[in-house]
Amino acid sequence: MISGLTLGERQTAVCLSLALLVLGVIFAGAGQGDPLGVHGFIIAAYAVVVMGAVITGYYAPAPGADRLTQYYDDPTKFGIIVAMLWAIFGMFVGDWVAWLLAYPDMTFDAAWASFGRLRPVHTTGVIFGFGGNALIATSYHVVQRTSRARLPDQLSPWVVLIGYNLFCLLAVSGYLIGITQSKEYAEPEWYADILLVIVWVTYFLLYIRTLARRQEPHIYVANWYYMAFILVVAVLHIVNNLAVPVSLTEAKSYSLFAGVQDAMTQWWYGHNAVAFFLTAGFLGMMYYYLPKRAGRPIYSYRMSIVGFWGITFFYMWAGSHHLHYTALPLWVQNLGMTFSVMLLVPSWIAAGNALMTLNGAWTRVRDDATLRFMAMAAVFYGLSTFEGSFMAIRPVNSLSHYTDWTIGHVHAGTLGWVSMIVFGTFYSLVPWMWKVERMYSRKLVEWHFWLAMAGTLIYVFAMWNSGIIQGLMWRTYNDGGTLAYSFVDSLVAMHPYYIARAVGGFLFFLGPVIGLYNILMTIRLSRETAGTGIAEMPVVALKAGE
Amino acid sequence: MSMPFDHETLVAFSKSFGLFYLIAMSVIAVVYALWPANQAQFDRAAEQIFDDGDTPCQ
Repeated sequence: MISGLTLGERQTAVCLSLALLVLGVIFAGAGQGDPLGVHGFIIAAYAVVVMGAVITGYYAPAPGADRLTQYYDDPTKFGIIVAMLWAIFGMFVGDWVAWLLAYPDMTFDAAWASFGRLRPVHTTGVIFGFGGNALIATSYHVVQRTSRARLPDQLSPWVVLIGYNLFCLLAVSGYLIGITQSKEYAEPEWYADILLVIVWVTYFLLYIRTLARRQEPHIYVANWYYMAFILVVAVLHIVNNLAVPVSLTEAKSYSLFAGVQDAMTQWWYGHNAVAFFLTAGFLGMMYYYLPKRAGRPIYSYRMSIVGFWGITFFYMWAGSHHLHYTALPLWVQNLGMTFSVMLLVPSWIAAGNALMTLNGAWTRVRDDATLRFMAMAAVFYGLSTFEGSFMAIRPVNSLSHYTDWTIGHVHAGTLGWVSMIVFGTFYSLVPWMWKVERMYSRKLVEWHFWLAMAGTLIYVFAMWNSGIIQGLMWRTYNDGGTLAYSFVDSLVAMHPYYIARAVGGFLFFLGPVIGLYNILMTIRLSRETAGTGIAEMPVVALKAGE
Repeated sequence: MSMPFDHETLVAFSKSFGLFYLIAMSVIAVVYALWPANQAQFDRAAEQIFDDGDTPCQ
């Protein structure tokens, strides 16, 4: 991959990693006695690994000018592999904490193994590690193809990927040693947040520059969604992480906001992370790869536009539904509730548009597990957005909030929608990227699909049951007017569901393990067939009915 | 100490202006999507993703 970089780009890469190394050493020295010092060493080690990789390939012959006649796909290939590694890591930790909830003694009396530290390792690993790398990798692919333009330079896509993964690494390693600013899905501290701002601005500029070079007059709708994802995540991240560090040599910082403003800012961020990280970006993925794989244009392009503006304008106000029955003014709660219900319209536009696109290709959905992944993703997207609108209604929320129902809802979205659209996309994209006819094993894709389906259904049904039982137990009064059940009673009732959930999670976790093996074997296949002519075959989309 | 705007003013602004700008945005989005002259470029965009020689335009 280094051999694709020009000599100048290799030199800049060495300089950048050197600068990172210096920064790491400064943190390691100045942060002695503080967890920041540990992160200094991690940054330095990471910089050494990156620099080593660049130097190893430094003397490879420079790429010819003919590279500019091709799309630049090396970063996409890298992103796919890294996303799969994060999926395996993040889902493994997820299943670990699932067992930990069923058997709370599993912490070995070690602070790092407590639920409070491992749980954000899981969420960051899957959302940012797996989801984020998948979004970045596919966005590079989609923006080039739909713009008919090559990425404007070869270095900034790498700066984004390498910097982004350093952010993820600092995040998960930080939780284990106790670094957190205690904001859900925004736990990393100030220095990691600043790193992400730099990475994200680079990403935004890269995307804009590519679009500016486009040869198509109209910007294809998938790019709108990717752009919304990039732009809004930047805004959310910056505002929610405004904080003052205790000192420049300490990891700890204090938020600029206090009390209910802090809570509202956090959940404005938190729900829009669901909206623009876990929805908009993946809708961009869906609007490109699903029609492409099905061999049919999107059912209604106009509805995709109406849906886009609905999603961007409605989601922005929905966050306060996380704060029903709190000190937040009632009108703000009402606002969040109303917009959450309205969101059903653009959400179902997208889900309906996807399913109508498949209408007429159902035999392909039956025969092709890759397309079936995408079809099920659209179904789960429709289900979980309906459920989300419903749960945001205040009286419903009084039953569901703080219970496992919320966890079930989130996983219907993340396992059923987000993960499945990624797996479907990767199984389409990998053969295109490595220029082979198809995945190494169709059977393993099939296995992955059914493991994912079984895992999701077991998980979601377990959490629906446990959540509703939990909610009802917490609000059942006896004749004397006091609560009928203690909190521990409800915990005991949860135990079987927690075991079921952990089993479902384990099945789901097996999927990406099989998937990574299948992808690596496909890459091997591409190396074996390289030069035999098969590799030069043009990549054609399957036509309807094929 | 007086603030440039108090809570009540902010709420009144949100409830009035907020409503109308959202309606205006919705109307603009729907009109753009349904404008007959835009249909041709939308159709072309929807079909374009299949039409790839997998190399960028020069």
